[in-house]
This record gives sequence, structure tokens and C-alpha cells, in this order.
Amino acid sequence: MRKALVIAVPYLWLLALFLVPFLMVLKISLSDVALSIPPYTPQLDLTGGLAAIGEFFSQLDLENFVFLTSDDLYIKAYASSLTIAVISTFLTLLIGYPIAYAMARAAPEWRPTLLMLIILPFWTSFLIRVYAWMGILSNTGLLNQFLLWLGVISEPLEILNTNIAVYIGVVYTYLPFMILPIYATLERMDGSLLEAAEDLGCSRLSAFWLVTLPLSKTGIVAGCFLVFIPTLGEFVIPSLLGGSQTLMIGKVLFEEFLNNRDWPVASAVAVILLLILIIPIILFQRNEQRARELDQ
Amino acid sequence: MAETAAKPKPKAKPMPHEGVFEPWNDPNAKPLIEFRNVTKRYGDFTAIDDLTLNIYEKEFFALLGPSGCGKTTMMRMLAGFESITQGRILLAGRDIGDVPPNKRSVNMMFQSYALFPHLSVWENIAFGLRRETKDAARITERVEEMLRLTRLEKFARRKPHQISGGQRQRVALARSLAKAPKLLLLDEPLGALDKKLREETQFELMDIQEKTGTTFVIVTHDQEEAMTVASRVAVMDEGRLVQVATPPVIYEAPNSIYVADFIGDVSLIQGKASARPETPVPAPPVSPTEDPAAKAAPAAMPEVPVASAAPLPDGRAPAPNVMGEWLHDKVLFPILGRRPPTPKALSAPDKAPAVPEPAPAPPESGTPESPPELPGGGLAIHWADGLDPLVAVNGDPALAGRTVTLAIRPEKVTISRDKPATDNAIEGTVIDIAYLGNISTYHVEIAGGVMVKAQMTNTRRIAKRDITWDDAVWIGFSATAGVVLDA
Ligand SMILES: Nc1ncnc2c1ncn2[C@@H]1O[C@H](COP(=O)(O)OP(=O)(O)OP(=O)(O)O)[C@@H](O)[C@H]1O
Ligand SMILES: [Mg+2]
Repeated sequence: MRKALVIAVPYLWLLALFLVPFLMVLKISLSDVALSIPPYTPQLDLTGGLAAIGEFFSQLDLENFVFLTSDDLYIKAYASSLTIAVISTFLTLLIGYPIAYAMARAAPEWRPTLLMLIILPFWTSFLIRVYAWMGILSNTGLLNQFLLWLGVISEPLEILNTNIAVYIGVVYTYLPFMILPIYATLERMDGSLLEAAEDLGCSRLSAFWLVTLPLSKTGIVAGCFLVFIPTLGEFVIPSLLGGSQTLMIGKVLFEEFLNNRDWPVASAVAVILLLILIIPIILFQRNEQRARELDQ
Repeated sequence: MAETAAKPKPKAKPMPHEGVFEPWNDPNAKPLIEFRNVTKRYGDFTAIDDLTLNIYEKEFFALLGPSGCGKTTMMRMLAGFESITQGRILLAGRDIGDVPPNKRSVNMMFQSYALFPHLSVWENIAFGLRRETKDAARITERVEEMLRLTRLEKFARRKPHQISGGQRQRVALARSLAKAPKLLLLDEPLGALDKKLREETQFELMDIQEKTGTTFVIVTHDQEEAMTVASRVAVMDEGRLVQVATPPVIYEAPNSIYVADFIGDVSLIQGKASARPETPVPAPPVSPTEDPAAKAAPAAMPEVPVASAAPLPDGRAPAPNVMGEWLHDKVLFPILGRRPPTPKALSAPDKAPAVPEPAPAPPESGTPESPPELPGGGLAIHWADGLDPLVAVNGDPALAGRTVTLAIRPEKVTISRDKPATDNAIEGTVIDIAYLGNISTYHVEIAGGVMVKAQMTNTRRIAKRDITWDDAVWIGFSATAGVVLDA
């Protein structure tokens, strides 16, 4: 009984906070635009009895999904979002791993401080931090002024409102999500394993490849997911730092909802986005499962 | 503990040449490892203190000592994981101070095993081999051999977290053995194994050592293990070597109370030493009842050393004496039952009473035989006012006039209801009896509250034994049974 209750808690949580909202969005995506509040039809009217419910379901269709395929803006936006998410996840890993490694290698008395420094940016608003990057990256911004002063460049670099600014923004924002899980696995690692590897003839470098890296795999995978998933739907960073040519599905979603007030299409975009995200998550879990089964 | 050391060793020590393997006694032998005044400090804590030691090729060198005395630190310095604060370590004549661990022909089995959790048992064992060869067939062959040796064939595909602690230990052992290094460091390699498997693995280790000529340095908390496998044993205390010697010497002739106390079980009796005359003195008069059996017994005396030497080469077990023969029938069957009883039991009554031949005890053996007269020399230890001094003919006369400690192993002490005819006999009370299955240890309190342990083989069922708690008893031991140590 108690066990059932314990198991029920996360499921109820999932039901209330994920499944129900998802079904609502799914329903809207199958509706039609209307000049009303809320801006779509049909509306579910439970007072009308079974007949009204049947009527309601008969009006739902896949029209909006068909529309998404007809306009290549959406396909391009998905593809571009995926590209940006993959590249920035990779960049974040490239920068985050050495930082996590250095932290895990630091003297134990320093580690809480370092951890603190990683978390510190969260204490200021995310929006303000992104605006700060606008100040840094703009043509008259700090970075260009500094480079001009150094004499490295004679013309200000065009960084703001390009994809480069988006990558900088994403890597900056999501770096802690990469560092923390990797740090956790590295810190947990038994130092004598490296000694054993060296004892058995490994150089420092090959010990890293053969022992440290495989053992931090779970941290790397977790970190990559923590960066990839929010980046895919990211809209603040591309709208503030990206240019007009920066196409990301989060931005499209935002515009459909608020500028076009086309909730059904926006919901269809959101449902597809979710499906795109669910596939890698399921693949990842199945992979883990298989690895575990192989272990047995 | 003590009985373990008395057990016959399962196998002879490796003897690659004719005669005994004792390179440490050969001034021309070149040591494989030389510690030269090595000191290791962690901050202001000294873990290894000015340690000098030679370990020779093909040795099986055991490090013994209490927890935290620096055994692992020594190993780690040899393997290259710990820098040396002062002094030098030479491996095959070469200073290894700045040779990185992966360039030393040394393999170490870690106290924590340090198995790679992401690799299977098979891959763990193959890890070192893969670093030195690409030859898959050779690797497979060697790994299979190691798996067989450590009986892990069934677990080859499992990951370390899917096997038991003892199996993990065997994987660690197999992995360190796989590369067949010149020097193998084993940090408590067999601690997690059950007794039977441990003994078999000890046997295997000695076998491997004999076959490959690998030099082993082994850390162990198990004295029996050290005694069984080691060519030499080093007893450490707080980063220093207290004694380095062969197992029999460590056991029979500890150089300090610390070693005597640390190795095996020992009773310590303190007293003031005085020199004994060099000429033999008459034995203390044999006490109580004159029994025909007691008279008849001496005829069997010459047989005693032979009979006792065969099954127990170290001669540490109690041997019957005049009194003992008498007691054998009356009281002390458990002691005497330890040796083959037949020759004495049958022959004694047949032989005519004869003047006993003095059978001098060999100086190293501690059999509590009672020769009719004591050899001269040695020390008399005045341990309690108004009582006879204890005689230790092997005591160093230089200690005369000093306060000394007589260290004596429980298995060399007999216990009886009546005063025994041994060189030394002390009256006492049984305080405690520890039943250990095959033997029992009697804790006897003697004058001055000193506790002495006496051991007896349990040849009788518990219910039949007639010495019990609070009994007034006599303990006895020979003049050569103890070791006199400077107190
Ligand atoms: N990295 C270190 N920093 C400070 N002190 C240390 C360090 N490593 C070991 N020591 C200390 O050095 C001493 C010797 O340690 P070592 O590990 O050699 O003991 P040991 O003889 O192997 O003990 P055990 O039998 O418990 O394994 C201990 O007192 C320990 O606390
Ligand atoms: Mg240790």
C-alpha cells in the first residue's frame, strides 16, 4: 500500500504537470483559428452532454500539421534549431569538461568555492545577463572597444545579431548545466583507478582516455541533455542576440502565439518540438537499458 | 594465532640454488630493492622514518605491523605514487626516485583493489597486457590463465560491481599478476578470502613465485599468512622497522617485547635478572608422589625428541617428561595426546627402570622437557619475592643485573594440577579458558597478578576436561622455552 503510494507520487506529478497540459496543447493544435477569446474553435462544452462532446471531436483535424509541412519556414526553423542546439551542446561540452575536470582535481578545500562560482550567475536574472551580452557584443560594445584598443582589429566586428552571438549566449547560459553533472562524476571517481592504470603501463594521457573519460560518460550524457533540450526550444537568446536571419523554432513559436495570435499553429509547432525532444530521450533511455541488460 | 605458526608449512620456501635461500646472509648478493635512509613525511607527520632495508631477488618479503605504521606508504613509494622526502630507493641498482609508475617494472595490487568499474573482469585483467602488446591471442591466453588461477572463469564477463568482495580481490590479484612483473607489490591481497581459499591462494602465490622468480612484497595483517609464505618478515612500528628476519627467528627469537607481543600470542613475566653459574646445576627435586610409571618413563626419553621432531619440525609443542608421563595417565592426557601416544604408552611399562640419559634440549627448541640437570649459564629471573627465580639458560648474561622480561609462548607452557617436573614451575589460578576448537588457552594468574597463558590440545571433549575456572594449577616450562628481552 505504502509502496504503491510512493510509486504513485511521481506519476501523479507527471499527470498533473506534463500530461494534462500536453493534452490541452494537443487539443488546441487540432483546432481552428477564430477571432474569439480564446482564439480557436471548437471549445469543449461539457454541459451539452455526450452529443456536444461527439460534435467537438468531429471538428478536430490535422489541418495545422499539414500546414506546417506546406511552408518550409517551419522545417527550416526545426533544422536550424537542431543544428544550433547540437553545435552549442558540443561547444559547451568542449569548454565545460576541462572546467569540471579542473574543479574535480582542485584541492578539496577549494571545491565548494569553485562550485559556488559556477552557480553564482544564477543569482542575477537570466534576461539581464543576456542584455549584458548585448552590451558586450554590439559594434560599440566592450569587446569591440577592447579589440580596437589592442589594435587587433581596425573595424568593429559584426557579432551581435549573428548566429555567433547566439552560440556565445547559449554556451554562456547553459555552461553550468554541463559542468555540474560532469563535475559530479569526476569528483566521485576513485583516484586510485588512475594510479592502477599508470601502474599497468598507461601514460597520464592514455589513463585519461581509458579510465577518466569512460567513467565520466554518464555525466557527459546528462550534461549534454541538460544543454541540448532547453537550447532546442530557446527563444530569448535568439531573439535578443540573434539577427533576422537566425531561425529558431522557439522564436517562431513565440511569434505565432503572440504576434499572429495563431494558437492552433503555434500549438502544432510545440507538439512537433516535443516529439523531436522525446525521441532522443527515449533513445537515450533505451540505450541505457540495453547497457544495463548487457551488464547482467 | 600461535598454533598457526606451529603448523607445518604447506610448502618449502623457494630455493633456486643448492642449499638454503638466504641472500640476505650473502655479502655478495645484490639486492633488488634498496631503501637507503628513506623518510616520508606528510606535512609534519612522519610516515616512514629513516628506513634502510634490502630486499633480494626472488624473495617473498612480508611487511607486518599495526594499522597506520606505514606499510602501504612503503609500497606506494616502490610503485612510484608517493614521492620520497629524504633518502633514495634503488631498484636493481637504479635510483627510481624520478621514474614514473608506468615505466617501472613493478606492479601493485591495491588495498582498495582499484578495479575499473566500466570494464568487465576479463577486460580488467587484460588491461595491463593491452598496454604492452597488440597480440590478441597472447592476451587471451594470458587472461584465461589468470582467470583459471584465480578461479574466476565464470565471472569473466561480469563487471566488478556484480561480483562479491572476495571475487573482486581475486580480480585485483589476477590483474597485477597478469603482466608477470619483476616485482609484485601485494597490499593485503587475501584479506577478504575465506580461510580455505586463502590457504590455496597462498599456495598458488608461492607456486607462481617459484615458477616466475618474481620478487614479492606482501603486506598482511595475517601473521599466519606472513609465516606461511614469507622468506623474511619485517615487523614495523610507526614508520620504522623493528625486526627483519625469517619467520622462525621472528617467532622464536623476537628482538623486542614489541615484536614478541605483536607476533603470535605471548605471556610476559618481568623480573630482575642475575647471571647463572656456567656449570650445570642439579635439577630441582622432582616432587610429589613416586609412581612406578614415573620411574619407568625415563626409558622412553630418548625417543621423545624423535617423536616430536617428525610431525612438528619446529619442536614447539610440549613433550612429555617424567612427570608428564605419569600425568598422562592421571590428568594431562590432553597435552600428551597431541603427539603420537603409542610408543611411549606401550613401551614405557615394558622397559626396565633405568637411569635416564640426560637429553639436552636443542638451544632453539623450546620443548619443556626436563633434563635431570639444567645446563649452566643464562639468567635467573627473580620475578616474585619469596619464589624460585625463573631459569632461562638462553638468556644473554649481559643482561644480568637489569630488569628483564621473559616472553614465553602459550604453546610452550604446560598446565597441570600437580607441580610439574619442568625447569620452571609456577603456581597459579585459572582465570579464563578460551576454547578455540582444536586447542584451549588457559589464562592463569600467578603471583603479583601476572597473567600467563598456557595452551593445550583438545583431545578430549569439553565435558571431560578437568581443569576449569578458578582451579589452583601449576604451569611449567623449560629453561629454554622463553626469550629474555630487555624490559
Ligand atoms: N596522503 C596522506 N596524507 C597524510 N597522512 C597520510 C597520507 N597517507 C597516509 N598517511 C598517514 O601515514 C601513515 C601510514 O599510512 P599507511 O597507509 O602506510 O598505513 P598502513 O601501514 O598501510 O596501514 P593499514 O594497515 O591500515 O593499511 C598513517 O598514519 C596515515 O594516516
Ligand atoms: Mg595499508
